[in-house]
Amino acid sequence: MKFTFFPGCVSRGGAPELYQSTVAVAEKIGIELEEIEGWSCTGAGALQESNPLLGDTLNARNFALAQRMGLPIMTICSTCQGVMAQAKVKLEDEEYRAEINEILATEGLEYTGGIEVKHMLWIMVEDIGLDKIKSLAVRSLDGVFLAPFYGCYIVRPSAALEYDEHPQRKVALELVIKALGATAVDNDGKTRCCGFPILTINEKNSLAMVAKHTGEAQDLGADAMVTPCPLCHLNLDGFQAKAAKQMGKQINVPILHLPQVIGAALGMDGPSLGLNKHIISAFDVAMKMGVRV
Amino acid sequence: MQANVNVRRFNPDEEAPKSYNQEYQVEVDENFTVLDTLIKVREEIDGSLALRCSCRASICGSCAVRVNGHAVLACKTHVSEHLSEDDSVSIEPAGNLPVIKDLVVDLNPFWDKIRAVEPYMQPSLPEPEAEYLAPNDVMLHLVDVMGCIMCGACVSDCTVLEVDKNFLGPAALAKAYRFVADTRDVEDDKRLRMYNAYGGMWDCTRCGECVTACPKGVAPMERIMALREKAMEAKIPTGSYDGAAYGYRHSQVFEDIISHSGRLDETKLVIKTLGLFNIPKMLGLVPVAMNAAFRRKMPPLLHPAVPGVGQIRRIAARISANKRKAAK
Repeated sequence: MKFTFFPGCVSRGGAPELYQSTVAVAEKIGIELEEIEGWSCTGAGALQESNPLLGDTLNARNFALAQRMGLPIMTICSTCQGVMAQAKVKLEDEEYRAEINEILATEGLEYTGGIEVKHMLWIMVEDIGLDKIKSLAVRSLDGVFLAPFYGCYIVRPSAALEYDEHPQRKVALELVIKALGATAVDNDGKTRCCGFPILTINEKNSLAMVAKHTGEAQDLGADAMVTPCPLCHLNLDGFQAKAAKQMGKQINVPILHLPQVIGAALGMDGPSLGLNKHIISAFDVAMKMGVRV
Repeated sequence: MQANVNVRRFNPDEEAPKSYNQEYQVEVDENFTVLDTLIKVREEIDGSLALRCSCRASICGSCAVRVNGHAVLACKTHVSEHLSEDDSVSIEPAGNLPVIKDLVVDLNPFWDKIRAVEPYMQPSLPEPEAEYLAPNDVMLHLVDVMGCIMCGACVSDCTVLEVDKNFLGPAALAKAYRFVADTRDVEDDKRLRMYNAYGGMWDCTRCGECVTACPKGVAPMERIMALREKAMEAKIPTGSYDGAAYGYRHSQVFEDIISHSGRLDETKLVIKTLGLFNIPKMLGLVPVAMNAAFRRKMPPLLHPAVPGVGQIRRIAARISANKRKAAK
């Protein structure tokens, strides 16, 4: 199974452990990844605020580069997934696509429409299959309590994300957690906002969201939260201590990336999954998963 | 089929009132709406259940409730589509508003925020002899946003209101956009200054909950983003709210970084957004940066451009040039 790989800016910046665990897990599962040479940021919703045309054009450029490679795209970021899905819908309008292609043509590029963009989470459920993951697992995560946290852009808007065609996407994270033998801790915050987009604008509100979600997971007895979104990870992990202080509460919940949890079940060790690179220490949950840190 | 309907109840007349769940077994068929189901409960099982409804046809906006944790119009939602494997469904009052009784919420905070955005036309004077004219395309653009029925579903599910009651919220800001984008209204400058304040357009997280919850296609979040675009285009002063200044700069710096190097430079984005000489903010970042460095996950200080970045720079320059040409 082969995909063009769109790692996204954060896995190449503030969350390098996501990139390294993805590459390691993909190899173990047998997913061949070929990174899109020269890929650019999707705009993360922020560029779409100030310059939607540039945002759509850069996404069309990424799609055109992937189409040259003749493969669907795999992302590892909820935000990239959502922004690309929304751009894809806009670019299905032939008139608009022609307008964008006119800009791309000067660079010798053309996007012909119909690109397939899939998050690694969906690939696990829809392409690899939960049975295969179970069969590859060498450690059961039985007794480990993991709270799913999706990230807004992989949940909304559901039409662009093709939830009607793929209803299991609504519970994909829980399905993977359970397939690995762990217990999915249902929590109200799992499809809510982590607060990252307003971290620099209104830090107080952003931290209140971090405290609300991590505090809920902790109160429900979660050993860790699991997210397919590196932006959620940055906020929930990097700002958890500050958020807890703001709320006057003790909170200490590690925030794991999806491939780190899969890798743990596949028998990989902590350093190769980057479990030593978390601000909120993942030591205890790693030990519980039977992983050497 | 029999549905197990779990209703969140609250009776203010009880001594030390507390909300609790009550389960009702209700015979429903596949055409039953959530509202049909609740009315059946009230009429046949428990006359004490309080709910609000009127038109039963998605027009009046009275019956917004949360079904399985998400806001919907009870009269527009089939209960059969929300039953779990054991035929259960949970129904709660709309969120982010005080509960009066059971499923009836107090809409006064909702209306206060609508009033706060001055939701009425402020046209130029003197009045024309006949009507104020508006171009057709302007009004067509506003059809969806004018379709708001004030049901409060978007407010119910707003993630910002959950943590900050001061936020104007999606319904009020969508209404605000409706007047900013109407060419007959001449108070854009005043309005955008007002919506730039704390609790205004910059406090939205872009989470999309309001777009999903809205039963009428108003898409409040998109209207809030359009307000931001208008405020930036018009270079509206950010006033006394630092968040607005950070929001402006975040947007502009983000675009500059991507246009220049193709990928996000997290360090530069944060520093340029908050300002290098913004000492309190910079000091606040020190522990975060030190933690990241200690864990060897600090973004690289020297940010590399993507291979073939010239292509991205040329595309960005071309789009800017086209914009400038169109503006002239």
